[in-house]
Amino acid sequence: MKPFAYHRPTDLAQAAALLASTPDAAIIGGGMSLLPVLKLRLAEHAALVDLGRIDGLRNITAGNAELSIGAGARHAEVAASPEVARTIPALAALAGGIGDPHVRNRGTLGGVLANSDPAADYPAAVLALGASIHTNRRSLLADTFFRGLFTTALEPGEIITRVTFPVPLAAGYAKFRSPASRFAIVGVFVARFAEGVRVAATGAGPCVFRVRHMEEALTGSFTGQAIAGMTVAADGLNGDIHAEPSYRAHLVGVMARRAVAAALAA
Amino acid sequence: MANPTGIGAAILRKEDRRFITGRGNYVADLKRPGMTMGVFVRSPHAHAMVRGVDATAALAMPGVLAVLTGADLAADGVGGLPVGWGITGKDGLPMKEPPHPALADGKVRYVGDAVAFVVAETLELARQAAESVVVDYDVLPAAVGVLDAVRPDAPLLFDDVPGNLCCDWDMGDRAAVDAAFAGAAHVARISLTNNRLIGNPMEPRAAVAEYESSTDRTTLWTTSQFPHVVRLLMGNFVLKIPQHKLRVVAPDVGGGFGVKQFHYAEEAVLTWAARRIGRPIKWVCDRSEGFISDAHGRDHVTEAEMALDETGKFLALRVSTLANMGGYLSTFGPNIPTNLYAPLLAGVYTTPAIYCEVKCVFTNTVPVDAYRGAGRPEATFLVERLVDICAAELGMDRIAIRRRNMIPKEAYPYQTPMVVEYDSGDPVGCMDRALEVADWAGFAARKQESARRGRYRGIGISTYVEACGLAPSRLAIRMGARGGLYESATVRVHPTGDVTVLIGTHSHGQGHETTFAQIVSEKLGVPVERIDIVFGDTDKVQFGMGTYGSRSLVVGGSALSKAADKIILKGRKIAAHQLEAGLDDVVFENGVFSVVGTDRRRSFDEISLSAYVPADFPLEALEPGLEEQAYYDPVNFSYPGGAHIAEVEVDRETGSVELVAYTAVDDVGTVINPIIVAGQLHGGITQGVGQALCESAVYDEGSGQLLSGSFMDYCMPRADMMPRMEIQTHSTPCAHTDLGTKGCGEVGTIGSPAAVTNAIVDALSELGIAHIDMPASPNRIWRIMQNARLPHAAE
Amino acid sequence: MDVALEVNGAAVRHDIRENTLLVDLLRETLGLTGTHVGCDTSQCGACVVHVDGRAIKSCTVLAVALDGSSVTTIEGLAATAGGDALHPMQTAFHEKHGLQCGFCTPGMIMSAVDLVRQNPAPTEREVRAGLEGNLCRCTGYQNIVAAVIEGARVMRERQGV
Repeated sequence: MKPFAYHRPTDLAQAAALLASTPDAAIIGGGMSLLPVLKLRLAEHAALVDLGRIDGLRNITAGNAELSIGAGARHAEVAASPEVARTIPALAALAGGIGDPHVRNRGTLGGVLANSDPAADYPAAVLALGASIHTNRRSLLADTFFRGLFTTALEPGEIITRVTFPVPLAAGYAKFRSPASRFAIVGVFVARFAEGVRVAATGAGPCVFRVRHMEEALTGSFTGQAIAGMTVAADGLNGDIHAEPSYRAHLVGVMARRAVAAALAA
Repeated sequence: MANPTGIGAAILRKEDRRFITGRGNYVADLKRPGMTMGVFVRSPHAHAMVRGVDATAALAMPGVLAVLTGADLAADGVGGLPVGWGITGKDGLPMKEPPHPALADGKVRYVGDAVAFVVAETLELARQAAESVVVDYDVLPAAVGVLDAVRPDAPLLFDDVPGNLCCDWDMGDRAAVDAAFAGAAHVARISLTNNRLIGNPMEPRAAVAEYESSTDRTTLWTTSQFPHVVRLLMGNFVLKIPQHKLRVVAPDVGGGFGVKQFHYAEEAVLTWAARRIGRPIKWVCDRSEGFISDAHGRDHVTEAEMALDETGKFLALRVSTLANMGGYLSTFGPNIPTNLYAPLLAGVYTTPAIYCEVKCVFTNTVPVDAYRGAGRPEATFLVERLVDICAAELGMDRIAIRRRNMIPKEAYPYQTPMVVEYDSGDPVGCMDRALEVADWAGFAARKQESARRGRYRGIGISTYVEACGLAPSRLAIRMGARGGLYESATVRVHPTGDVTVLIGTHSHGQGHETTFAQIVSEKLGVPVERIDIVFGDTDKVQFGMGTYGSRSLVVGGSALSKAADKIILKGRKIAAHQLEAGLDDVVFENGVFSVVGTDRRRSFDEISLSAYVPADFPLEALEPGLEEQAYYDPVNFSYPGGAHIAEVEVDRETGSVELVAYTAVDDVGTVINPIIVAGQLHGGITQGVGQALCESAVYDEGSGQLLSGSFMDYCMPRADMMPRMEIQTHSTPCAHTDLGTKGCGEVGTIGSPAAVTNAIVDALSELGIAHIDMPASPNRIWRIMQNARLPHAAE
Repeated sequence: MDVALEVNGAAVRHDIRENTLLVDLLRETLGLTGTHVGCDTSQCGACVVHVDGRAIKSCTVLAVALDGSSVTTIEGLAATAGGDALHPMQTAFHEKHGLQCGFCTPGMIMSAVDLVRQNPAPTEREVRAGLEGNLCRCTGYQNIVAAVIEGARVMRERQGV
């Protein structure tokens, strides 16, 4: 890794001030995405601002209608949280399947969202659940947060503080993971609310996206049958040595049906 | 009286303690006084002229000690890397053997080809300096795959190697094969690719080199499977350092699998540079760097056909293979797809006529060489896939066709039409046992049960025979080896009766410290706790060819057995002298020397002591001391064999394969330690399963960039990919080694790819699918199911 | 930058560069070379240690970020089991032949101990899934899985669970 300055603020104001005053400073949460990139010297930053010592960023609280998870909550904490298990068990299951145990012991929700890796799991849940991403400046709806490949609506220096998830009637996540990297080749999260069903797919395209025709079908009937044979267009989907675009398109359909099955079984 | 630590005893490993407590001694752990760090500048292009290397900026950085290039090597008279085998083509001419400079000499031939070596006070600084070296490349079109490289208009890697053809080689009786095909009732064909693999031992390669000017001695610590051979090749052919002034040490080495049995450019460059700058230098390969600089394995494109009569009897086999050599010839490169491949094409069958031609082709990829199994998995995969295709096309049962063609136990020793003579074996016995253990007969019920859960289920078998115990020098030299491949062992009995063994093989996971101690224990009656096995240091051990080709126990163990026999003879001489008996009257049994028919006896420990404190030895006939050395050159290869059965389920929707059961019944000859043998099988099978299901080195066909260049994209088998394997042995002792051992290091990797692939094809056979190439990735299976017009979308 | 840690029970304070990874602090500065580096993409798990009792990959964490934390490496693991010469998981790896070349072994054992702390009586399937962050190229995992199950049994016994 190339040299950098390191700051460990203890509150958000300090963190924001450091980010504002330090040119080319990057935020580091668990470091599970940033450090590998720095290690391979694919990126460099003059300074890192570590959010790990800021009080309250790891809190998980739940009411009947809403689950709130601090941006600094580790995946293992979300996976093991009774609050998450009570309100959105599918989210706990998703968190428990990210990366591997060591990644889950370090990686944070905020870090994943800010990175917007096309193959990350959390974006599917955040988008399908219609979560709100709260920062030190504002609140953003999931539908406007993810902008593209490794791109979000976050402004320079903006810090995610927590994410609030509306509690659905039912939800499920199914992931077809890369046996090599453990990332999602395709992951689909389905969430059923009184007002309708939302479906989001990760891994398939350059950025997480909603699958509207499945949402409509599932809103009519929340069964696998309702989306039997449905898929998405392969155009614009990711293609690599593990999965060609048409295979990913096919998997979106398969994983959506499995996610529905998981939601129904829960 | 069974020796509790002798041959066959299931004792726990002696070497474990240091590894489970974090006290192993790997090369990357070494620190030397004044040590500097080295980093290689590697080509980002698959094929390019190097117009210049500008190190001005790097050399201006404080703490940067040197930036060395191919021109510096040439100026110092450093030679290219030698090849250990020279094969001869159909035309009777030797293979093309272009120079392999340790740092690129005007041209780079693969992504990862080393262009310069940077030495600095710290690793961070060396990395920074390496990044600032400006290399002026004139990029050329690349020849990446073998099929592209042999096209008439393909770019040439070497001006004097037309068609990129290193060698057009063959073996077998072409006329006899042609005649058999002309009269055959049926011909079955297969086209296949044997996927390119990257061995990836968990410990990346590393080296530390140090020069001591006061003694003019150079030491290289390296992650090698054969330190003596590195000393010989590097000292004698590359750097011209006298052997007595060069020490090569391979301490604890974290896995090899063939990847660490070559003399690598980095070893020579470090050693040369350390002498040049007068400071120790350390280099530790990053994993990403390893992906583009460790020799790769496999990578064949093959067409084959089998001629059969109407009863399913094999009449002749014809094979044509394109084998990828990569950008240069690695140490054993040309030997692998030829001599370690074609002779195994008979498999365990009586096929009377075989002809195999192999074109060894240069491409703009990392050099290809031996990887666990090396040639023999490729042969086995071809034969066993083709046998299944024969059965399918003739409507025969897969077991019946194998049984019809197998070499019966009583036909051994069996001369195949491909040079080798199998000394012993019982393929029918192995297969029958495997069928029983795997409950082959009960498969139909399990398939139905899977179908009820919406999954395809398949079962597959692969038999195999391996030629290992490399190598009988007489045969090896005939095949092109540039030196014999014996092994040596010294048994040093201390005055207390404790024993140190110095052996020329190298253990990097195989458990030699235990297995070899068991051999000595068996021979001398000394418990293993009193026996240490020393290897891996050319200053300590006399000489040795190292560990590869499942040779350590077969060849090294035989040398050790011979040396122990010499100890016994010497002990008997001492006992005869002390007990005033004739030599012929003194016997050694259960650790005691005694005079037949009397109660006169001496324990092993008593004889050991008197060997070193002799009072009245007749010195002209009996020297003091109790240390013996033996060199052993086998008279033949050894031929382990066996039958492996895999059972899989295929997800109809996603195409993903789950390996649900695996059975192996192997004939590895005499088993010294069943725990260690099972462990070798587990690991070997898993590597073969990796090849069958997920491992693949993939290059971009145009640019020659390695697309599977990290563990993010190169899929290594993990714990959740494997079922619990059932391992059994069905041994027929090797007829020509002292101990009857045959070798077990590679057999798992040889049997498993075809067993798994045959199971997958069986699962998909109801869709009319007859073959699938490795790795059987979900995407590939889905695509092939799509093409078979599977109604898979009707979930 | 100053970093203070407890490493294997001993207080450690060092002035290190900010970009020092925990694994480099352990191996280069403290000479604890039992923690290994087998990749550069946080995949292989050879570098796994415990930080405040949980298994993490020491190749993917900055040492300065752990200021005030407690780190246990393979060299200090036995002491956490009450000062025996070996932790039950180490003994189990030996007894079940759960290692060959030994390179992945320290990380594997550290992962296994955390796995069992989270799930004291894991099934074979759970062990296989729980080891997804650790690669071994030698053993085919079979004896590692057996060792983890055996180590878990002894750990349960020790704790009287």
